[in-house]
Amino acid sequence: MTPLQLFLQQLANGLTLGAIYALIALGYTMVYGVVQLINFAHGEIFMVGAYAALTVALAITGAPWWAVLAVCALGAMALCGALGWATERVAYRPIRSAPRLNALITAIGMSFVLQNLVMRIYGATDRRFPELWPAVRWQWGGVTVTLTQVVVWGTAALLMVGLQWLVMRTRLGVAMRATSQDVAACALLGIPVNRIIAVTFALGSALAAVGGMLFGGYYGTINFHDGYLTGLKAFTAAVLGGIGNIPGAMVGGVVLGLLEGLGAGYLSSQWKNVFAFVILVCLLLFKPTGLLGERVADRA
Amino acid sequence: MLRLDGIAAGYGRTNCLHGVSLEVREGEVVALLGANGAGKTTTLMAISGLVPVRQGRVVFQGRALGGLPPADVVGLGISHVPEGRRILPRLTVLENLELGGYLRRDRPALRQDLERLYELFPVLGERRRQLAGTLSGGEQQMLAIARGLMARPKLLLLDEPSLGLSPKLVVTIFETIARLNREGMTILLVEQNAYLALRIAHRGYVLEAGRLALTDTAPNLAQNPQVKSAYLGG
Repeated sequence: MTPLQLFLQQLANGLTLGAIYALIALGYTMVYGVVQLINFAHGEIFMVGAYAALTVALAITGAPWWAVLAVCALGAMALCGALGWATERVAYRPIRSAPRLNALITAIGMSFVLQNLVMRIYGATDRRFPELWPAVRWQWGGVTVTLTQVVVWGTAALLMVGLQWLVMRTRLGVAMRATSQDVAACALLGIPVNRIIAVTFALGSALAAVGGMLFGGYYGTINFHDGYLTGLKAFTAAVLGGIGNIPGAMVGGVVLGLLEGLGAGYLSSQWKNVFAFVILVCLLLFKPTGLLGERVADRA
Repeated sequence: MLRLDGIAAGYGRTNCLHGVSLEVREGEVVALLGANGAGKTTTLMAISGLVPVRQGRVVFQGRALGGLPPADVVGLGISHVPEGRRILPRLTVLENLELGGYLRRDRPALRQDLERLYELFPVLGERRRQLAGTLSGGEQQMLAIARGLMARPKLLLLDEPSLGLSPKLVVTIFETIARLNREGMTILLVEQNAYLALRIAHRGYVLEAGRLALTDTAPNLAQNPQVKSAYLGG
């Protein structure tokens, strides 16, 4: 492998990881945007999404792979969307006016509840993921690109474009952006802010669910505590892009994935988890607003 | 149109209002005056459902509003333009206006209202694609009022529309308020600038420490020695 081939190969690998991080990071950043809460249970929602996709995939046989994939994605999105909605209603809404720390502790508690629930249902050992797509690979000048990677990139890109459209062009999207700026003012305009907040949780969770499905298909196994580390990394990605900033989460996810891929390729794959947290520490020290988190003046 | 019957309301455990009663009749501009902390803003928030009403009743067009969430109050026809304008700085002027009509489903009428508001506030039409946070203070106040009007309210609650504006802009804003009233809008106006408020109001109420101290027609209040010394600078 020439240095250029190695570089391109690691780029492709990093981009795949990055796409998954980005999908999860969106949920952190959207929820933070509307309620200023770091929803630490979000990593668990991602993990539940992987198990949901696994369950759906095992239930369907004899359909073409892309159809199975689509049904898995939709099933996981529906389940996690409902789960995200429900956690907001049950765990976060009742304490929304309480101090931040209470909500943070609740989020951690929620995370334990979900982990243990999944462990009760699916067991504590790794579950093998069925093959969601054929093991096709292409070679271009010594660089290998797999169908897995193409599926991950394509799905992530599709969802991100869809989300961007929803947030920028629809009535719901305008209401979401408005709620993230001033909840009380939105209430006075007649915007049902509670519903908007719940929908934001549901949307973010649905995106994480697809991230979970792609993660399972990419690594081939899933475990009930996989949500923890990946969730933390996606959170780092959200901070990297500027927490509360939607395009920032996409950029942050991709950048983090690339750094991790390149680091694993050039240094050692054993260190790859360290990169994310070195980045997090450096960010908090030197640029806590993140890459795109520049604050616009709120008042003239 | 709107009647408050001895309402007590406030944040947390303490009440800021202790039995306030007032009335706004259709077509009127009613000024709500008082010193800082007298409970003017709280009164408006109690009407629009942002602050719970603990005692007494708020009745709007024969309907009790007690306990209704803010969105439902807007739906019944009360727009509250809050103190400090509270426009959404990172949305465009147009998006801010569209949110004002969030509860409405009549698209063609919304479009008409938008055009009418651009006539009333030409600067908003010119800047419709601009982020609202880049507007000047006066323009933001116009946006806040226009946004409130997008809900097609029957009653407009205005909280300190002159706050932080230059004297010239204050006059412009008050001329606009007077014009809205001439065109039929009923307005409950909270204002520090009692002199200006009483010039466009029909009647006024003076709050002191969460209680009603005085009520009269606007010309009488403007002549009242108590009001003069306290709020009109002698």
